[in-house]
Amino acid sequence: MSATGIGARVRRVEDQRFITGRGQYTDDIKRPYETHACFVRSPHAHATIKSIDKKKAEKMPGVLAILTGEDIAADKLGDLFCGWMVLSKDGSQMKNGSHPALAKGKVRYVGDHVAVVIAETLDQAKDAAAEVNVSYGVLPAVADLAKARDEKATLIHDNAPKNTVYEWVLGDADAVNSAFAQAKHVTKLTFVNNRLIPNAIEPRAAIGEYEPGTDSFTLWSTSQNPHVLRLGLSAFIGLAPEHKFRVISPDVGGGFGSKIFIYPEETVCVWASKKVGRPVRWTAERSESFQADAHGRDHITTVELALDGNHKMTGLRVKTLANLGAYLSTFSSAVPTFLYAPLLSGQYAIPAIYCEVDGVYTNTAPVDAYRGAGRPEACYVIERVVEVAARELNMDPAELRKRNFVTTFPYQTPVASLYDAGDYKASLDKAMQIADYKNFGKRKQESARKGKLRGIGFAAYIEACGVAPSNLAGALGCGVGLWESADVAVTPTGMVEILTGSHSHGQGHETTFAQLVSDRLGIPMNQVAVIHGDTDKVQFGMGTYGSRSGPVGMSAISMALDKVIAKGKQVAAHVLEAAEADIEFKDGKFTVAGTDKSAAFGEIALAAYVAHKFPTAHIEPGLKEHAFYDPTNFTFPAGTHIAEVEIDPDTGTTEIVNWVAVDDFGTVINPMIVEGQVHGGIAQGVGQALLEGCVYDKDGQLLTGSYMDYTMPRAHNLPSFKVDYTTTKCPSNPLGMKGCGEAGAIAAPAALMNAITNAVGHEDVAMPATSKTVWHAIQKSGALQRRAAE
Amino acid sequence: MPTVTMKVNGRKVSVEVEPHTLLVQALREKLRLTGTHVGCDTSQCGACVVHVNGRAMKSCTMLAMQAEGADVTTIEGLAMNGKLHPMQEAFRENHGLQCGFCTPGMIMSAVDMVKRKGNDLGEHTIREELEGNLCRCTGYHNIVKAIAAGAKNMKGARA
Repeated sequence: MSATGIGARVRRVEDQRFITGRGQYTDDIKRPYETHACFVRSPHAHATIKSIDKKKAEKMPGVLAILTGEDIAADKLGDLFCGWMVLSKDGSQMKNGSHPALAKGKVRYVGDHVAVVIAETLDQAKDAAAEVNVSYGVLPAVADLAKARDEKATLIHDNAPKNTVYEWVLGDADAVNSAFAQAKHVTKLTFVNNRLIPNAIEPRAAIGEYEPGTDSFTLWSTSQNPHVLRLGLSAFIGLAPEHKFRVISPDVGGGFGSKIFIYPEETVCVWASKKVGRPVRWTAERSESFQADAHGRDHITTVELALDGNHKMTGLRVKTLANLGAYLSTFSSAVPTFLYAPLLSGQYAIPAIYCEVDGVYTNTAPVDAYRGAGRPEACYVIERVVEVAARELNMDPAELRKRNFVTTFPYQTPVASLYDAGDYKASLDKAMQIADYKNFGKRKQESARKGKLRGIGFAAYIEACGVAPSNLAGALGCGVGLWESADVAVTPTGMVEILTGSHSHGQGHETTFAQLVSDRLGIPMNQVAVIHGDTDKVQFGMGTYGSRSGPVGMSAISMALDKVIAKGKQVAAHVLEAAEADIEFKDGKFTVAGTDKSAAFGEIALAAYVAHKFPTAHIEPGLKEHAFYDPTNFTFPAGTHIAEVEIDPDTGTTEIVNWVAVDDFGTVINPMIVEGQVHGGIAQGVGQALLEGCVYDKDGQLLTGSYMDYTMPRAHNLPSFKVDYTTTKCPSNPLGMKGCGEAGAIAAPAALMNAITNAVGHEDVAMPATSKTVWHAIQKSGALQRRAAE
Repeated sequence: MPTVTMKVNGRKVSVEVEPHTLLVQALREKLRLTGTHVGCDTSQCGACVVHVNGRAMKSCTMLAMQAEGADVTTIEGLAMNGKLHPMQEAFRENHGLQCGFCTPGMIMSAVDMVKRKGNDLGEHTIREELEGNLCRCTGYHNIVKAIAAGAKNMKGARA
């Protein structure tokens, strides 16, 4: 492995601009004659819009326009849409409520978009927005997920009776019922997967600009997927034809899924820029991000696990109520269904599984993918019920897992997933060794001597990543294919420009993608440029989410590199006057086999463009190849996380004293970057389990509307992590990569809650396990008495 | 409109601001120093940290006019003559950043931390001292390593 090849801990190329404050985030960009947008948002969770009085606001200084849902309708813009059709068990289509970019007739959550004020300065826009007089007819809010389908619950969308979006199922109910009928032991749990707000530190932002000379638009946006954004705004909302529409995602300060979706604000900025004839810019204030970014998770689940007399799992039954919020966001429908239920088998060979998911509307912000998107929810279900089953059976939780692991591959689960390759015992064993699991009892006694409770918990997680094989996605109702694109353009002087359809918002693609190219072409990394995020420069790509830029994005680059090398051999054959079959390419040189005649990559690149030496009737000049890679399967990263905690029973405060992560990501391009992804994912998972929770009151008022009330993980909440690997290569893509971006967020909540409940001595501890929650749980368990007795 | 006169990154500047203009807004919009970022509206995230008269300050919680006559250093002013500050180098060397948005504030807070707490910073101290800086990407693990390394490397070098 070279210093810059696959597997090397290369320092990041992109860091130079970030550590010197020269990043170009959307809000950093200034456009000539730009104007500022301020959105008028609903203060009510559920209300009719009786009237909007703009008269006073329109006369205020600097105001250029005030636009509402009526203007949207008059211009016949299409609605914001959900791109994944999910069918209910009766075959009917999901109930998709209308979602215009500015509300028409009704508002459905606090923060819903009612009007936009466009003014010369932001202060003027905000002042005028405060004077837009909206008369509301307040309706009862449906804010409680558990009660959303009650008979007396107010209807949120006229076309969704009982506020139900779908009633979806996966698996074999009869097989599961039979397994439960014969079970020797059944473990049952009910819990909430708590609602989260993604909170990337860079707020969402957009600048829309119309150029009348060419009748074309430009949009700068904090999007994770500029081409998909363009396609949506063009084909569905109808703002402009694609070829007259440039979308640029410059430097983006974190996404975690929240910046995938098509939102009202950027739609309005583009549309309004033509109406006012000047660029229109908007940047979310953090309180707007809290109200109007897509939220994550929010399930209520009951799970039952059936085991036979040999402690083998025979059946799993899951029923989930999933909150989708007030409107269906772009990928929302798939998150609690196709990205959730197919992972319920976990790492185990469970012959019978049945899952029912009811998706419902509530008067809360739309809910969509957030780091892990469905898989953290699935991991929580299976890893909590397995840990609890072990406790009920008085069995070591590692032993129960090992007894049930899948060991031969490929393995067809009963929930559609076909696991390709893995060695679950290897990661579990390695994690236990690094965590010094066998001496946990001693550490627990030492903690007890200090008056503390100590617990340890496992999460043997698996996820489906590298989304996704296109015809499978289509068969499941996804409106788009999930391939990825790459263009490898070699210049006459042998520099290489990679145009990738992936987008980097922290993942380090400018470094890792260049490592792959450097490794394959044998050229220094500083001769490689990675270009992304601009629809004018880069061919259509699907963007970055779902841990796909490695397995899918880099596979596309790999395919294109193969084509470049093949073309290079054709040119080299003529330059070196040999048969093409005799040309080898290694370490950056084309060589005639068995001789010392060679030409460097750069030489051949120049020859390809100068085109003097080969018959251009048969071999085209130039050296530029593209590839569109469609995955043949999902990838299945998996591993074991072990969390160890020490709890102060007097305050309920949990300290994480050890965290071990042993992950199998297949081929790893840059371990330093992969570890960073694991660290960040664990932090978000710990955030979910220990600190974070989005709360609406019964009237749908957002109580956790800022960092004063929503607890973000800080450095002092977290330990340093011990991260290690086992490796089974992914058989379904050329690089053997599985992807790593979400693993930490998927495994961490289950591992941490298993540890906390282990310390407390019972399962009745909800996420987030704040000091108050844990303190009450300890009172309940009488753990204090046990501690006193030790 | 009133004018505020201050030194920013060693250069004397005079800019017109409203009385209610925040220092971060003046830096970003009037002086085009966009390295200092706005990440929240309740003074918690720390993306806006700069140095005012040698102390770390959240520039979102200060009016521009309060900086009259002050010596302000932003992230853009940390490198000297094209040479990176040891703390900047340490962040790159230790992969202490991913998306980069919290990074300017982190680095400015870290440099201030070393001034106050010395060059031998333990993990516990660093984690406690980072209460005012949020990061969503890194999980803080590598930020802590970067700050410890940067602190050591600042010894002997200019502060």
